[in-house]
Amino acid sequence: MSYKEVSVLSPRVRRIARPLLAATTLVALVSGCAVGSGGDSGSDSGSGSSGTTTIRVLYPTGATNVALFDALAAGFAKAQPDVKLTFETQPAGTEGDNLTKTKLSTGEMADVFYYNSGSLFQALNPDSQLAPLTDQPWVGQLSDQMKPVVSTANGTYGAPLGSTFAGGILYNKKVYQRLGLKVPTSWAEFQANNKAIKADGKVAPIEQTFGDTWTSQLFVLGDFGNVAAQVPDWAASYTAGKAKYVDEPAIQAFKNQQQTFEDGYYNKDFASATYDQGVKAIATGTAAQYPMLTNAVAAVAQSYPDNLDDVGFFPMPAQDASKTQMTLWLPNSLYIPKTTEGAKLDAAKKFLAWVNSTEGCDVQLKASVVSGPFAISSCKLPSTVPAAVKDMQPYLDDKKVSPALEFLSPIKGPNLENITVEVGSGISSADKGAKAYDEDVKKQAQQLGLPGW
Amino acid sequence: MVSTLTPSQVETASPARPRPKRRSHYPLYFYALPALLFVVLFAVPTFASFYFSLTRWTLFSTTFIGLDNFRQFFSEPNLFSGLTHTFIYAVLTSGTKVVLGILLGVLLTSRIVGRGYLRSVIFFPVLVSTIGVGLTFKILLDPFHGVVNTSLAALGVQGPGWLTDPHLALYSIIGVDVWKGVGIATLIFIAGMVAIPQEYYEAARTDGSSGWQMFVHITLPLLRPATTTVILLSLIGGLRSFDLIWAMTKGGPGFTSDVIASVIYKQYQAGFYGLSTAGNVVLFLLVTAIILPLQLLFNRQGLAK
Repeated sequence: MSYKEVSVLSPRVRRIARPLLAATTLVALVSGCAVGSGGDSGSDSGSGSSGTTTIRVLYPTGATNVALFDALAAGFAKAQPDVKLTFETQPAGTEGDNLTKTKLSTGEMADVFYYNSGSLFQALNPDSQLAPLTDQPWVGQLSDQMKPVVSTANGTYGAPLGSTFAGGILYNKKVYQRLGLKVPTSWAEFQANNKAIKADGKVAPIEQTFGDTWTSQLFVLGDFGNVAAQVPDWAASYTAGKAKYVDEPAIQAFKNQQQTFEDGYYNKDFASATYDQGVKAIATGTAAQYPMLTNAVAAVAQSYPDNLDDVGFFPMPAQDASKTQMTLWLPNSLYIPKTTEGAKLDAAKKFLAWVNSTEGCDVQLKASVVSGPFAISSCKLPSTVPAAVKDMQPYLDDKKVSPALEFLSPIKGPNLENITVEVGSGISSADKGAKAYDEDVKKQAQQLGLPGW
Repeated sequence: MVSTLTPSQVETASPARPRPKRRSHYPLYFYALPALLFVVLFAVPTFASFYFSLTRWTLFSTTFIGLDNFRQFFSEPNLFSGLTHTFIYAVLTSGTKVVLGILLGVLLTSRIVGRGYLRSVIFFPVLVSTIGVGLTFKILLDPFHGVVNTSLAALGVQGPGWLTDPHLALYSIIGVDVWKGVGIATLIFIAGMVAIPQEYYEAARTDGSSGWQMFVHITLPLLRPATTTVILLSLIGGLRSFDLIWAMTKGGPGFTSDVIASVIYKQYQAGFYGLSTAGNVVLFLLVTAIILPLQLLFNRQGLAK
């Protein structure tokens, strides 16, 4: 491509040749890249010449995940210098579900991946897709609630990473203090608080952020503890196709959401606000309450560290105070696909074991903000935790706690977030919303091939 | 593929050799590769999708369930509303593009200052990525912080929630679609108008026709081929539109701006592969049922003239 070579050609040929050359180079570059990214799992099958093994780890995008995994990589490099971690990311949510299933079934999955436990894990067809970890030493240390959500009848497949978190109402303690409000234990008390906050007129009683549709589900998902308190085997009969959302007690959650909308308790921009704006509102006290998961404290700690202890938590109040129960989410887990073999499989297992060792737990604690107790006995909460996590403790001590529905049943309808947006913005009623969700759930149950549907 | 094409291209292109008379321009083997590609990439998937729309399938297994997917598709209000929205979307975008396109075409073929500049300004949105346009307008149309509503507020008008009001969301997207796509329609109309011989207008002017009469009796009838093209292109585009809607509202709020394509995408994402395949078949049949008769009608009218 030197000047001399080109100048031999006539101007006309040169005019044609140049773009052609450029195009060829581009094609070569692109195809070279594709080979580079796709082919490495086959070409360096485990051990390199220096004896190090590289494993690819896939996690969903998000600022808190990046910090956590970078810290894990640094810590693990000290513990196991002969294993190197490289990272890949993919979007979270339904988009990620789709990608995860596709990658698993085409054999393109990274050597280790970080994904939901419970119903989404069950939908991966674990027995045929994932490497069993039943014989790993840490399996015995999993909590009684954690073990079933990463296991099938044939074995255990996932190692938890991170702490549990609760779903209910985050509230701003300064607003509550200023207005002299008490933490509500029943729905009536909650509504009385809302009324008082609205009468005061300075802040929004309830923050809603339908710009990120998933946030609209908390009224329903966070109410499950209360459903379970009234009908302890509700989840089982729901899986069997008998219990429905259109019936009491489950429909109450939809009714409650509709009522709070009709009473005008939401922030002015509820229809367009995003999760980040919701976190800001609850941390800085421009809204009094936000139905959300306690892992939002990580976002508060990152963006509004001075306000971390202004954010408190209480479970979604039931109609009857004696039935108010906290709904608890179990942490996401690390899994190894069946396609990881040989030295890479050994290295991946070492990584999972290390994450749940005392050393690994220390790294987790330093790199992330705990949102609840851990689900494995080798990891212990530190002495100082955010206020919202402290508020969870009484419910754990009194055993007024139930895992969220997605950990007790394999069925979760994919359209709940759109349905709760409709109920929460007056497009649809509680009855219609519950009915639509039952239809949605039916499709999921049929797709999973469950008996009774 | 390139290497197989080159020798025969050179052969046919070389002027020195006298061209022998053949019934077909190319030898039979020449069609083999495209035919193979067509069968593997188009024919087989099309027919396979008809079969899979009658099953409930995962990536690993299939269960034959007859017409259940279609029954589900038409009985569930949230799925069926997608069909109505698609129809509204296609008809409104197509109609608006024709009307605006003709008006802009008339304006931009007249003698005005900066005609070339104005033409490129109208055409510019066509060149921008649809996703980029969608995301930009999502920000511009934000009910509280967007440029549109803050400007309206400066004039003392309280702007609506363009994309968050369930009655308005679909129409806001239609507006953006028209803004983005009207350039192509205008371009086609300009080409059509430029091709109309000036003698007709001169003759009409001598006979004392008004501008309006010339527009109705000369421009419009002679623009028929252009109009047909614009209607067909924008109807097909409107019926299968997805990217703009997905970038702006993801079908929301709730299901109020869902069209068939976004419904199909969501069902697929949820892992309901059978149901989403059935949706694709419905979309295929719908597009065919609307476009085919239109095409025949336009062609027949074209011949009759």
